Amino acid sequence: MNSSMREFRQGLLDVLPILVAATPIGLLWGTLAAGKGLVAFEVWLMSATVFAGAAQFVAIEVWRDPVPWVLLTVTALIVNIRHVLMGASLSRHLGGIDRRWHPLMMFLMADENWAFSERRALKTPLTLGYYFGLALPMWITWTTSSIVGAIVGRSFGDPAAYGFDFAFSAMFICILAGFWKGPRTGAVLGSSAIAAALAKLYVLGAWYIVIGGIVGMIVAALLYKDGEAA
Amino acid sequence: MSATILAIIGMALATYATRASGLYLMRGVTVTGRLKAALDALPPAILMAVIAPTILTTGIAETIAAALTAVAAFMRLPLVVTILIGVVSVVLLRLVLS
Repeated sequence: MNSSMREFRQGLLDVLPILVAATPIGLLWGTLAAGKGLVAFEVWLMSATVFAGAAQFVAIEVWRDPVPWVLLTVTALIVNIRHVLMGASLSRHLGGIDRRWHPLMMFLMADENWAFSERRALKTPLTLGYYFGLALPMWITWTTSSIVGAIVGRSFGDPAAYGFDFAFSAMFICILAGFWKGPRTGAVLGSSAIAAALAKLYVLGAWYIVIGGIVGMIVAALLYKDGEAA
Repeated sequence: MSATILAIIGMALATYATRASGLYLMRGVTVTGRLKAALDALPPAILMAVIAPTILTTGIAETIAAALTAVAAFMRLPLVVTILIGVVSVVLLRLVLS
């Protein structure tokens, strides 16, 4: 086995538990999207080209007839604005990878494979094989489970009855635990959560995500002390 | 073109713009100090903000289930086990508390 195959296999092994967790979430999303009137092809197309769970769930919540496509586009931009910083952070680790692959790598950058790549880069240089070992199975799982959800999901009845609707929140809590560095992280998360929950109640649209992010950032900046290693 | 396809294309382009711009806008820029601390805090703050309405304002069952999931996550239980704990506890809590 050559080294890119080994790297790909390592990525696949790392992402396997995420695939198991993402499958019911994809099924759920496909079911909800079909419930809003999207046909199976449209469900697949959105998962294949947007490929962003949080944005897709928010979009289905905002979705109505007639389809507010400008609002949906702006909402996707707001929910996904975090990618700008994730990409900026990941770009530090792409030195050893041919630039021609960078656009495709960015297309496939999701919360989970981004987090794994960042963690990997702490120990060993990030390779194309490892990254695709994470990202391609994620893309295949997400698109497949979405379209299966759209086709058969409704025959299972209400997904909330099985608690599947909570799987997405539970997965995010797991990812958040990986960001924990101490009480200051708690302050950032607490302030972000309160700001987002209040904004969701009192501000229209999907602004609550950006508001929570900005409040968390401000708290982190205020708690920073000069001269410490960040 | 239907508004649905238009919406999907708009969302796809907007999302790709966010993914690609980080790589090309920030290339070679080094950030330090207070600004770095703020930028480092953004990813977890955003992830938290995405789920905050669900776990704080939906109901007491979701809030307690989120707390149990967080405890499991901090005990470094395997991801699948942690998510199962969240899903099972939300189902049971909804039964008990409704």
